[in-house]
Amino acid sequence: MIGDFSFMENFINIVDLKFSYEEADSGRGINILDGVNLEIKKGEFLTILGHNGSGKSTLAKHLNAMISPTDGDVFVRGINTKDSSRIYDIRSSVGLVFQNPDNQIVASIVEDDVAFGPENLGIAPEEIRARVDGALRAVDMYDYRQEATYNLSGGQKQRVAIAGIIAMKPSCLVLDEPTAMLDPIGRDEVMRVIKKLNKECGITIVLITHYMDETTGSDRIVVMSKGKIVRVGVPRDIFSDIDFLKKCQLSIPQSVELVQKLQAHGVNVPSFALNEDECIDILTQYFSVNAVKR
Amino acid sequence: MLSNIALGRFYPGNSFVHRLDPRVKIVLVVVLLVTVFFSNNYLAFFTNLAAIFIFMVFAKISFKNYFKNMKVILFIVLFTSVLNIFYAKGPLLFKIGPVAITKCGLDNSIFVAFRLLTLILISSLLTFTTSPTDLTDALERILKPLSVFKIKTHELAMMMSIALRFIPTLLEETDKIIDAQKARGADMESGNALKRIKALVPILVPLLVASFRRAFDLAMAMECRCYNGGDGRTKMKVLHICSNDVLAISAVVTIFLLVLWSNFWVLAVHL
Repeated sequence: MIGDFSFMENFINIVDLKFSYEEADSGRGINILDGVNLEIKKGEFLTILGHNGSGKSTLAKHLNAMISPTDGDVFVRGINTKDSSRIYDIRSSVGLVFQNPDNQIVASIVEDDVAFGPENLGIAPEEIRARVDGALRAVDMYDYRQEATYNLSGGQKQRVAIAGIIAMKPSCLVLDEPTAMLDPIGRDEVMRVIKKLNKECGITIVLITHYMDETTGSDRIVVMSKGKIVRVGVPRDIFSDIDFLKKCQLSIPQSVELVQKLQAHGVNVPSFALNEDECIDILTQYFSVNAVKR
Repeated sequence: MLSNIALGRFYPGNSFVHRLDPRVKIVLVVVLLVTVFFSNNYLAFFTNLAAIFIFMVFAKISFKNYFKNMKVILFIVLFTSVLNIFYAKGPLLFKIGPVAITKCGLDNSIFVAFRLLTLILISSLLTFTTSPTDLTDALERILKPLSVFKIKTHELAMMMSIALRFIPTLLEETDKIIDAQKARGADMESGNALKRIKALVPILVPLLVASFRRAFDLAMAMECRCYNGGDGRTKMKVLHICSNDVLAISAVVTIFLLVLWSNFWVLAVHL
């Protein structure tokens, strides 16, 4: 079973997390997060799905102490995020990447921007240089280290933003819709880098996204709705439950939709294809079988 | 449209001038600028120009880029130098109709044009070969003594580098807003000056709102990267003065002395 993670240690523990604020005009309390319980394991690739306003981004900001919970606790490596004396320990071990790459880049030159995080941590110059080079290589941007950041494409900028976080050597990377503002090529580049960081560097990934096709490679999917976690499972289980996806206002991955529609039209194919590759396998198999029949 | 402004642009490289310590570069540029203002004879100007030309060759940046920068102020140069021709006394050289041209006036106009163009060349040399980060870093260190007077030098430098970083981003945004307002029927090209200034309001308001939103996002991203002001911060690039810097300093000091000497020499000849 792919979903068995009992051998991995918990990296982040979220215990009965609540977050609410008072609306400015009416004074009415609005619950963004309404009792979230989640354990994020070391080294896993976790995807958070949910429609707009389901509290995904607010949850992400709780993971590195950008927001303090109204009620409940978040523990990162056993450190409570409410402990303000450890705030920089938490932020250097859980990095947060945002949607708009333009608004996350601090410096005009690629390598200077990547160095910003380590410089803040007060690391020795030679060590910073080594980390910057390493981070830029990890995101395939080393050749661009001297370039001006404004000359880069969206996907390249987002990779620089990721490198800026990686240079702080975090054990976990939280990405809040990192591909939402990118074109398909940029999206591919960024997703490839994220997967590489997870597989090769063992960095825990928490990916928040709207694109269903980006979620199929993840170890677990968390579905949120109205500030609550409504389901946690492996992609195969979640995407085979079409009614559930529709109820949560989520779209269906294209490969799943295709085989479902083929089945509905009486074509004899297996009922589930997780990603493009599986879909291609199913179709080639179908055609080779039918070609023999004819 | 707005994004092809070359002023303040940096061309990465690894030349002699690129590798100079940015602090030294800033100080030398100031010295060179003063030298240009001290110059009041052709010999001095020739020395200046030769020195700048040598530095330009050493910077290994296409001369086209300098001309691009010069083009921006060409109108101001022509305007001031033409005006200067008429405002001078002294022995008459020749007359075109009612306009009297004196030798002194002609000299003045050439000097003014010369000064403005060399100023642009010198400052371009600095911005072309020094990355904005290095520039603000160096400035932070040069201004460091001022922190005795409780001036927040780190914050000043950080603000400046962020401002420089966001110039191209905001220019791009302005272009987009202009296009968006044009698509909604905004008229920005006709009418008198007042009308045109009023037409800028629907551009400036969204730009201001957008830049606040960007500032908020950036502040959050900086906090995520453990930014906590200047205390306890280290730098990736450590600045230290090496033999190249000493060479450049002695070259500039020589030029300065040469110009001063030429001034006295010209004075002596006239007396």
